[in-house]
Amino acid sequence: MKQLFDVICKAIFPDLEADEHLGLSLGGEASTYVRINGATIRQAGNVDECDLGFNLIKEKKRATGSISLSGDESADVKRARTELLRLRKEVTQLPDDPYLVIPNSKETSNSVQSGDLPEPEDIVAGLLPPMGEIDLTGIWASGMVFRGSANSAGGYHWFASDSFSLDCSLITAEERMVKATFAGTEWDPKAYEAFLKDSVAKLEVMKLPPKKIAPGNYRTFIASAGVADVLGMFSWGGISEASIRQGESALGKMRNESIHLSKHFTLSEDFSAGTTPRFNSNGEVAPLETVLIESGELKGTLVNTRTAKEYGIETNYADDEEGLRAPVMSSGELAEANVLKQLGTGVYLSNLHYLNWSDRMGGRITGMTRYACFWVEDGEIVAPIENMRFDDSIYNFLGENLEAVTDKALINPDVGTYEGRNLSSIVCPGILLKSFALTL
Amino acid sequence: MNPNHLLNSIDVAADWVGLRYVKEDTTFRLVRDGNPEANTRESKQGIMVEVLVDGQFAYYGTSRLDESGIAEAARKAYQLAKAAAAYNIHPFSDNVRPVAKGSYRSSFEAATSALSPGVLSELLVKASNELKVSDKIVTTNALARIVETESKFASSNGSDVDQQYVMVSADYTAVAQDGTVTQKRSDGGMMAKSFQAGLEVFDEADVLRRCRIIGEEAVELLTAEECPTETMDLVLAPDQMMLQIHESVGHALELDRILGDERNYAGWSFVRPGDFGSLQYGSKLMNITFDPTVRNEFASYAFDDGGLKAEKEFLIKEGLLLRGLGGMESQVRSGLKGVANFRSSSWNRAPIDRMANLNLEPGNSSRDEIISSVERGVFMTSNRSWSIDDYRNKFQFGCEYGKLIENGKLTKTVKNPNYRAISNPFWNSLKMIGDPSTFEVYGTPYCGKGEPNQAIRVGHASPLCLFGDIEIFGGA
Repeated sequence: MKQLFDVICKAIFPDLEADEHLGLSLGGEASTYVRINGATIRQAGNVDECDLGFNLIKEKKRATGSISLSGDESADVKRARTELLRLRKEVTQLPDDPYLVIPNSKETSNSVQSGDLPEPEDIVAGLLPPMGEIDLTGIWASGMVFRGSANSAGGYHWFASDSFSLDCSLITAEERMVKATFAGTEWDPKAYEAFLKDSVAKLEVMKLPPKKIAPGNYRTFIASAGVADVLGMFSWGGISEASIRQGESALGKMRNESIHLSKHFTLSEDFSAGTTPRFNSNGEVAPLETVLIESGELKGTLVNTRTAKEYGIETNYADDEEGLRAPVMSSGELAEANVLKQLGTGVYLSNLHYLNWSDRMGGRITGMTRYACFWVEDGEIVAPIENMRFDDSIYNFLGENLEAVTDKALINPDVGTYEGRNLSSIVCPGILLKSFALTL
Repeated sequence: MNPNHLLNSIDVAADWVGLRYVKEDTTFRLVRDGNPEANTRESKQGIMVEVLVDGQFAYYGTSRLDESGIAEAARKAYQLAKAAAAYNIHPFSDNVRPVAKGSYRSSFEAATSALSPGVLSELLVKASNELKVSDKIVTTNALARIVETESKFASSNGSDVDQQYVMVSADYTAVAQDGTVTQKRSDGGMMAKSFQAGLEVFDEADVLRRCRIIGEEAVELLTAEECPTETMDLVLAPDQMMLQIHESVGHALELDRILGDERNYAGWSFVRPGDFGSLQYGSKLMNITFDPTVRNEFASYAFDDGGLKAEKEFLIKEGLLLRGLGGMESQVRSGLKGVANFRSSSWNRAPIDRMANLNLEPGNSSRDEIISSVERGVFMTSNRSWSIDDYRNKFQFGCEYGKLIENGKLTKTVKNPNYRAISNPFWNSLKMIGDPSTFEVYGTPYCGKGEPNQAIRVGHASPLCLFGDIEIFGGA
C-alpha cells in the first residue's frame, strides 16, 4: 500500500494550482476477523480496505473528502484526480475559514513493524481446538493496519504494523464471566495455550455463589482494565482544549475553578512505546511525551493546530478530535500483591461497562460493573457480586477518595474496530478508592 | 455497478454465493460560532463477497471491484469457510438467504442535490448566529449530514435487489454559560432529527425558529433549579422515548444477543427464549412494532441484507412479548419468530441482527390529559446521557431539559434531570400513553454493536408517555 500511496502522491501534488495546498492521508487494513460464540465459529471473514483522505485549502477556504481505493494504481490515480476536481469545485463555494491550518509540515518518517501472523485459513485450526469445552465468546482480529500522510509542502509519513488480538469472555454455566485479551505481533501457540489456562483459572473463583450488595458508598478497588475505561472518557469532552474553551469539558472545573484531582493521579500522552503513529492526519508530529495532569493538577491539554490558531496558544499537534492517542497514567506505590489486604472490606472491580457522563460539567460518570467483580472481606475474596450501577464524579473518586495507585501500569490494547482496527492502547495501573458510589 | 454480472467471474465450489455492493457518499457540514468547522464528503464503495461452504458462511469485503478482484475475494472466502466449517455454530443452508427480487427508493419531497454547498453553508451560518440569543451563549453549532446510499445484492440462488436511500440528519446546539454554570440544548438530542428525507429538512424559516428556541432554553437552564431527587411520576417526550425504546426494548429483543453472540461486547439480555409468548414486558398500554415500511423514518427498507422481505410486525402487544428482533440465521438457530433485520453497516461488515424502525404505537391520551393527571412529577426532553447494563436491565438516562409537574400543571424549569430504573418493572409502570397528536418520529445514525464493530442507522417513533413512581434526580 505504501507504493500505491507514493504513486498517488507523485501524480496528484503536481496537479495543484498555485494558490492551493493539499494534505493527503491514507488509512486502511488487511484483516481477518473470526467471531466466536461458545468456542464455535459464528462468523469469519476478511476485509481489505483502504481510504484516501484529502484536505484542500485554496485561498482562505477549506474542503475535505475521502475516497475508497481499489489497489489498482491507474484506477486509483484516476479516482484521486476526480476527487481533487470535485473538491476544487466545491471549495470556492464555501465561506472563508478564519482558523484554517495549511498543511506545511516538512517532517518525514517511516515505521514498519512486521510480525509473524498465521495465514487466514490457518487461524481457525490454531485458535479453536485449545478452547476445548470452555464457553468462550469473542473476536479474533489479525493482519496489517497502515497509515500514511503527505502534503504539498513535502511532509511524508508512513506507518504499518502487523498485529493480532483475541478479545474474549470466558463464561460459567451460572453466567459469570471473566474478560481476557491475548494480543501481540508474533503468534505463539504455546503462549496462547498458557493464556487460556490462566484465564480458565481466573474463572474458577466466579463459580462461588454471588452476593447481592445494596446501593451505597463502598471502599473499592478498580483494576487496570476498569481504569482504562475511565481514562477513555477523557477523550470525550475531557482533555481537549477546544472542549474546555467551548464549555463542553468535564475538566472545565480544573481550568476555571482551579479544582485539583488527587496528588496520586498523573496522566500523560506518551508515544515512546512506538505502537501508535505520532503523526496526525495533518502530518504533524506530536511531542514524544506531554504531561497533561501532574499530581492532580491540570498541566496541559491536547491542542491541535486549529485550536491553537483560534485561541492564540501553542499547539501540541493533537489530532482533529483532540483525543488521547497514547495515554499513560503513572503507577503508584501500592504493591499488586497487597491490593486485597489494603482494600480490607469492600468491592473489587476488574472491569467497567458502558460509561457515560451523567453530568459532564460536574465530572460525574455513570456505568456498570462487569465481569470479575468481587465482594472482599478482611482482605479475602468472599464472592462475586451481582452487577451494580455506579454514578460518581471524577472529582470524588479521582480526587479526595483516591487513596492509592498500584505499582504496575498495564497495557490495555484498544480492540475497537468501528472505523477499522484501532492502534492505540491505554497504559494504566489499578486504583484504590476510599469511597465509590454504587447506585442501583 | 451490477453485481449480477460479477457473479459469473466467481469459480469456487461453494453451495451459495452472494455479492452485496454498497456505495455511500456522506456529506457533513458543521458551522461553529458562525464559522465553517467542517465541510467534508466521504465516498466509500466496495463489495461484500459471501460464500456458503459445508454449512459455514465466510466473507471477503473488498473495494477492488473488477472481475479478477471479486474472483480472488471469493476464493479466499471459500478457503476460510472451508477451514471454519468443522467448528461452525450451526450448519446453515441457503434457506437463510431467501430469493429476493425488488427495489426500494427512499422518499423525499425535494432532492438534496438541489442544495449547493454554498447555500447549505449559508443556512448553517444563519442558524449558528440565530442560536446566539444572548451574550451568555458561548458556543453554537449547526450541522447537516446527508447520506446517499446505493445497495445492490445478487446471489447464486437468484436474488436481485436494488435499494437506494437519501438520509438527512441535522442538529443545532447552544452552550450557555454564566460563571461556573454551563448548560446545553440541542434540537431533540444528539442528531435525533434523522430521517429518510430531502431538502425539505432545511426549510429556513423552520430551522431559524427552532434555533431561537434552543438558544433561549439553554439560557433559561442557567437559572433553573436543580432537578429534585425524589421518586415520582415521569413524563417523557418522544425524543427521549426514542432512547428509552432503543436501549431497554430494542437491544434486549435482539435474538443474536439472546443467543449469546454479543456476550463479549454489547452483552446478553434479560430476555430468554422461553419468554416469547409469556413475558409481560410492559403494561397493557405497550405496543411495540418493528416497522421498516414507515415513510421518511430513518431505517426503512424493502429487504434486509440477507434478502428477507421487510414487513411490519408486532413484537410486543398489550405488553406481552411475542416476537424477537432476529433475521433468518437467528430464527433457524433459535426456532423463534423474528423479523427482516439482518443488516450490516456497510460492504465491509457481515450482517447481524439490528433494530431498524422500532416504534411504540400511540394510545388514546392527549398531552393535556397526561400532564393534568400528574400530581407531582417531572417532564423530561432531549437525551444527553445514556447507560445500561449488559443484560439490558439497570439503566440510567439523563435529559437536557426538564419541567416540574405540580398538581397537574407544568411549573418550574429544572436542570440536569436524570432517572434510573430496571427495564421490566419500568415498562410495567407505563400509566398513560399519548394519542397520535403526540406521536413523533426520530432516528440516530449511531447504534453500535457487533464484533467487528458496526455503527448503524435506526429509527424510533413514539408518543408522549407517563411512567409512575420512578427514581428521579439531578446533577453533581
